[in-house]
Amino acid sequence: MTEPTALDPLRNQWWAVWDRLRRNRAALAGGLLFAGLLIFVALGPLLWMVDPWQIDPDNRNQGPSLGHPLGTDQLGRDLLARLMVGGRITLAVGVAAMALGVGLGVLIGVVAGYFRRLDGVLMRLTDLFLALPILPILLVLVLLFREALAARLGEAAGIFLLVVGAIALTSWMHTARIVRADVMAIKERDFIVAAQSIGTPPRRIITRHILPNVLSPVIVSATLGVAGAIMTESALSFLGMGFPPDVPTWGRMVFDAVDYMQQFPGRVLWPGAFISLTVLSVNYLGDGLRAALDPRG
Amino acid sequence: MLTYTLRRLALAVPTLLLISLIVFLLLDLAPGDPMAQMPLTIPPEVREQMRIALGLGEPWYVRYVAWLHMVFVVEPSHMLAAATGVDLAAEGARLLSWQSRAPVAEIIAQRLPQTLWVVGLSYLFGILVAVPLGIASARRPGSWIDQTGTLIAMLGFSVPTFVTGVLMIVIFSVTLGWLPSMYDTTLEVTDWQSLRRQAAQLAMPVAVLALYNAAQISRHVRAAMLDNLAEDYVRTVRAKGMSERVVIYLHVLRNAMIPVVTVIALGVPSIFAGAIITEQIFRVNGIGALLISSIHAADYPMVQTLTFLFAVLIVLFNLVADILYGMLDPRIRYD
Repeated sequence: MTEPTALDPLRNQWWAVWDRLRRNRAALAGGLLFAGLLIFVALGPLLWMVDPWQIDPDNRNQGPSLGHPLGTDQLGRDLLARLMVGGRITLAVGVAAMALGVGLGVLIGVVAGYFRRLDGVLMRLTDLFLALPILPILLVLVLLFREALAARLGEAAGIFLLVVGAIALTSWMHTARIVRADVMAIKERDFIVAAQSIGTPPRRIITRHILPNVLSPVIVSATLGVAGAIMTESALSFLGMGFPPDVPTWGRMVFDAVDYMQQFPGRVLWPGAFISLTVLSVNYLGDGLRAALDPRG
Repeated sequence: MLTYTLRRLALAVPTLLLISLIVFLLLDLAPGDPMAQMPLTIPPEVREQMRIALGLGEPWYVRYVAWLHMVFVVEPSHMLAAATGVDLAAEGARLLSWQSRAPVAEIIAQRLPQTLWVVGLSYLFGILVAVPLGIASARRPGSWIDQTGTLIAMLGFSVPTFVTGVLMIVIFSVTLGWLPSMYDTTLEVTDWQSLRRQAAQLAMPVAVLALYNAAQISRHVRAAMLDNLAEDYVRTVRAKGMSERVVIYLHVLRNAMIPVVTVIALGVPSIFAGAIITEQIFRVNGIGALLISSIHAADYPMVQTLTFLFAVLIVLFNLVADILYGMLDPRIRYD
């Protein structure tokens, strides 16, 4: 007869999720690739200390060399250094817009799911936002608020806030719907009724009992939200309605390089490849997390 | 079904009115000034007259109602008059683009065919690729064809259309020189020669959007097929000794297509949005390129009308999807 093994106090449910995730090769590869990209943009500029804004008219449009491993652009700026700095901005926009969008989605979803009185209004609002043509609205928002915000907060900070805010404002709806459905199901469970019956205020029921139980879908939609936000920011930059020319995001670099595509295809393919790899890795990670967080799967 | 359709149509009207009002107020109350791009040398009194000439002198609700009147009464009547040759044109000023001073509806009508060609063909090809791919993936989950399908879908999801488009230009136009990288709108299809050139210039924009569509749809086909293959009726059909071909194509596929058809309908607006980017890459002068150029030129009536058009597409195809679902699946009863 075997002794019942004592449960390792450290082995909570997250270890089980990690075990399932670890066995998913695609998700693991996606996670590692994303970590590699993060290291590339975070530590890259510390190791490759070339000024990405340094204009060098004598070395314009250079091919790969030791001094410039990926060559230089039409102003003689080093492409590798620009990719690193551009990646920081692109990833920062992606993460910030996701955080804001998912936060908004969770807030609206929880309120709509928990307080029946507000449900109708909030879901009509969600439906209305889902019917908005996102890309045209984003373009209009950037067009209208770019100069006012740039004048108030400075060129780079203003457009950063604008792009992040605009993407968040147009991407919270799916999170809100998923969270609302989950909250409505959890709200009927006995432990919530028990908490209500001993007089726990709604605020504490939500933070102590409901939020931890809707964490799984939120994590998944947060991961996929990063990919979506990066795609949207790149698309805006590609259409010339994103960051100004001196702020090198990956999408902006593609936009700037398209005119030189015939002569120097590398310059447009590198940032394009970085965008694609980032989105691809995040999507694989998100898919893997979705499977790992669902214990039935 | 008819009452349901009518009820949904009645509900779509306030939604669209609200969206048009939101876009209108956004353009109106935003800090950007439509006159900002005019030369600074224009004297203030002339500038004021220009504002009034553009219709900016009235309060916003007057201009909003005027816009509604122009979009829903004046412009359709002019289009009807042009189509039938009968003098039906309603009284009143037409909705003019600030950029070209031509009626917005006429410019959109000139640009729409190019967009419809690209969008329509890409959706058709996307479906033609996605359905067989989804079926093959679902028949043998985990096989090499399923894994390839998953990879294609993941690439289609993750690689932005402007990257695939640029990559195709680099490969097929720059390196191989097979296809033109720019779309020539003046080309008229009159003979085989020009038809071939038209096909060549449509190939890349259509392929880029088709890959994107195929990625979305093939996953839904696969999932729907797998759901249905697990159903009891499949076991019954197999037990009756039907061949696998009959099982898949006669029984499972027909049921699996019900959700897929609604997904196809729901996806239509998003590929019009995708066309905005694709038209920019290949210089197709459709309504997507028109939207971008109007935004850069701060041509508010055009931006307002085009954004509204995109919203109409979304609301319309949501409605189509719901109605199709009700028609295809007899278990769905709305009333």
